[in-house]
Amino acid sequence: MSTGCRETPVLKERGQREVFCGLTGIIWLHRKMQDAFFLVVGSRTCAHLLQSAAGVMIFAEPRFGTAILEEKDLAGMADANEELDREVARLLARRPDIKQLFLVGSCPSEVIKLDLSRAAERLSGIHGPNVRVLNYSGSGIETTFTQGEDACLASMVPALPATDAKELLLVGALPDVVEDQALDLLAQIGISPVRCLPAKRAAFDPAIGPNTHFALTQPFLGDTHAALIRRGAQHIAAPFPFGAEGTTLWLKAVAATFGIAPEKVDQVVAAPRARAEKAIAAAASTLQGKRIFFMPDSQLEIPFARFLTRECGMEAIEIGTPYLHADLHGPELDLIAAGPVISEGQDVDLQLDRVRAARPDLTVCGLGLANPLEAEGLSTKWAIELVFTPVHFYEQAGDLAALFARPLRRRAALTRQHPNMMEAAE
Amino acid sequence: MKLAVWTYEGPPHVGAMRVATGMRDLHMVLHAPQGDTYADLLFTMIERRDHRPPVSYTTFQARDLGADTAGLFMQSARDAHARFQPQALLVAASCTAELIQDDPGGLAETMGLPVPVIPLELPSYQRKENFGCDEAFLQLCRALARPMARTERVTCNILGPTALGFRHRDDLAEITGLLSEMGIEVNVAAPMGASPADIARMGQAHFNVLLYPETAESAARWLEREHDQPFTKTIPIGAIATRAFIEEVRALSGSTLPVDESRLRLPWWAASVDSTYLTGKRVFLFGDGTHVMAAAKVARDEMGFEVAGMGCYNREQARPLRAMAREFGLTALITDDYLEVERAIEEVAPEMILGTQMERHIGKRLGIPCAVISAPVHVQDFPARYSPQMGFEGANVLFDTWVHPLVMGLEEHLLAMFREDFEFHDEAGPSHHGHKAQIRELDAPAAQAAADEGGSMPPPSAPPSADNVIWLTCAERELKKIPFFVRGKARRNTEKFASEKGLHEISVDTLYEAKAHYAR
Repeated sequence: MSTGCRETPVLKERGQREVFCGLTGIIWLHRKMQDAFFLVVGSRTCAHLLQSAAGVMIFAEPRFGTAILEEKDLAGMADANEELDREVARLLARRPDIKQLFLVGSCPSEVIKLDLSRAAERLSGIHGPNVRVLNYSGSGIETTFTQGEDACLASMVPALPATDAKELLLVGALPDVVEDQALDLLAQIGISPVRCLPAKRAAFDPAIGPNTHFALTQPFLGDTHAALIRRGAQHIAAPFPFGAEGTTLWLKAVAATFGIAPEKVDQVVAAPRARAEKAIAAAASTLQGKRIFFMPDSQLEIPFARFLTRECGMEAIEIGTPYLHADLHGPELDLIAAGPVISEGQDVDLQLDRVRAARPDLTVCGLGLANPLEAEGLSTKWAIELVFTPVHFYEQAGDLAALFARPLRRRAALTRQHPNMMEAAE
Repeated sequence: MKLAVWTYEGPPHVGAMRVATGMRDLHMVLHAPQGDTYADLLFTMIERRDHRPPVSYTTFQARDLGADTAGLFMQSARDAHARFQPQALLVAASCTAELIQDDPGGLAETMGLPVPVIPLELPSYQRKENFGCDEAFLQLCRALARPMARTERVTCNILGPTALGFRHRDDLAEITGLLSEMGIEVNVAAPMGASPADIARMGQAHFNVLLYPETAESAARWLEREHDQPFTKTIPIGAIATRAFIEEVRALSGSTLPVDESRLRLPWWAASVDSTYLTGKRVFLFGDGTHVMAAAKVARDEMGFEVAGMGCYNREQARPLRAMAREFGLTALITDDYLEVERAIEEVAPEMILGTQMERHIGKRLGIPCAVISAPVHVQDFPARYSPQMGFEGANVLFDTWVHPLVMGLEEHLLAMFREDFEFHDEAGPSHHGHKAQIRELDAPAAQAAADEGGSMPPPSAPPSADNVIWLTCAERELKKIPFFVRGKARRNTEKFASEKGLHEISVDTLYEAKAHYAR
């Protein structure tokens, strides 16, 4: 159908994966949903992951915590449920501001088959209607990094109220500033009201029905997509709103659903689009002609590769993604010129062999790999920063390009000081 | 089940990783699900290591659980050996793998790998990170250390430094230098920097220097028993302890060489008149038992502080720490619950905290200065410069780092003299810290600053007052003129004084009578 990558055979690998589990999503979700608490039912490892991945203790007391399973909980199930009820009661007594409580399953809770959906039902009975208790799994045996957000949002969908109104629903946890920009653009185009999932507070939760049209703002929301379709809502397929081109295509797809002509969109977005192109051009001068290798991390790799190859002049060598959702990523793959290896899953040692053989100008990877690769003389971009930074829509398109340009600019600035020029630090 | 917001220690397999990552030519195969690889970033980001930790994770998924996770483990072990060619292989299970009971140790034994395979039992639901360090190092010694003839010259091993340890890199260098001055060579320093082959020849040393009981006490005891190597009990933190350590080493080694103290500055820095303002500063100590016990003595005997509270998060050290606290006239706080520590600090209202990165956050919230003396630590606690805690240079470092967070000498007096100056006030922070001073709103209640930080607990609806004692407005205003860092203590002392005297109101006079009553 096109010259893109949709038909490119996917290199599927399985082996050691150097990725976070889905619990990590709690770090941004708990800031986005201001009256929600995320209670992980897991081990000391889960608690340690959350505080390590969070850049450690940026908030006096976060709205998340871990109910750490102990030896005695593993002995008998009834015991574990009683213990959970007690911890939840104590928590809610201490935090009366909490209106939504997510019980988050972990590897250990899944393995011992602790039924958190029944626990959530039971606890909703005790603490509702003031507090809504839901559950999802962020375990590493089932979810990779951003899939935790997907599982969380999908768990909310069945509980959302019903409506017949024709409304647009934006799906995905966006930074507040980005969400406001998106709503403003959509209003100018003539689309309103617009609902958001997740909402900032439980009281603003959107309603869902057969006339709900939803657009995903993140490429990792496959289960949420399926859950919304089960509620009868209709998906607006589009590339994701990254870069000037992606944002425009996304807005036009949404506008078309609401019977608004593309010319109207062009007219509204002319100024911000021009600003975005100008800002991208500034960073693209650094990125032009550079070769990039994506290790799998957040499922943002495919849209970002599309943006960097089409708008910044980069060449993609390999685009790794932890999970490739054909329906959601298809429109993106159509736009990426054939050439790069598309890989799904990971065997990290084999993939590092390919990185070393290709010696890309920039490798996008997790925090565990970045410094070791830098020490080998390879520039890296930590993938997690791409998830923690506002990068959607026109006003952030330049920032997105700059995130990739900065490691290259820094390397140029530090040429003679770079660790690969020195003895290894030990 | 216990609710944890922040934890002082990671799981035991992270402790084992700290041992493996500190060593050379050793590899570890960890039976673990996807996601447990987060532990790599502790080393590559917080400690800025330029190599991946030598750990292969089996990365089993939900769909493997009904199938063959044991096969996955064996494949990973074979691949890891083929790729990394280590001298020895550690095998262990993380918390989830412990539940599926594949027995990695037993499986690895059947594989006939051509290198020693050392299985670790790490009970994730009972023990924690320090146990993991201690146990991994013990098992390495048991499996590898061979009986050997002693070296001709007196040598020792240094036990305890690991990856991700608080200042282990520099302590090791400092103590190695000190021993060298005494004419004692280091046979093997382990785990940090050692290979399995080095562990094998540890028996050559005449004695052991144990730097960190948290990570190596079991190994030290085993080496004492099996290889007849005595080990040092003094932790050389502070000038006094360093001298005691030197005496202990002399007794073990027969060394008589003099040790140069000319670069030790702490005693004079503390004795010089500029340090007068440090007298009786009330400090609260919290961290691992070893560092807290050492720091408590330095705080009292070498800095002239008053130790107002102390505790540790590792139960393994509870007994000696409780004993020392009694000697200080205190009750030790033994807990790994961050909120409990926060409450205790709030209650004691110290003028400074010597703690971990957790207490740094507590201090920030309560407006109390804090210096870090113990793990857990973050990226800023791995300085580029040489910065040991141990030995004579370590003592100098302690003086500098403990004094730095405080408001200095005359500045403190000026704050007391002109308490209501709108830009030069106690909430503005010490002026030698570069941050922007906060200009105080003229009518803003001073205590608000703490509450605004967004505390862990909902703010109390009324100021704490014992037994219906009421603060008169003028007394309340006077109280706010007292520097922020002692205000909590003054409030409580005054209330206690008032209730002891049977007073129902606190006036300005009551405030000053209480001050005189509690004067030191």
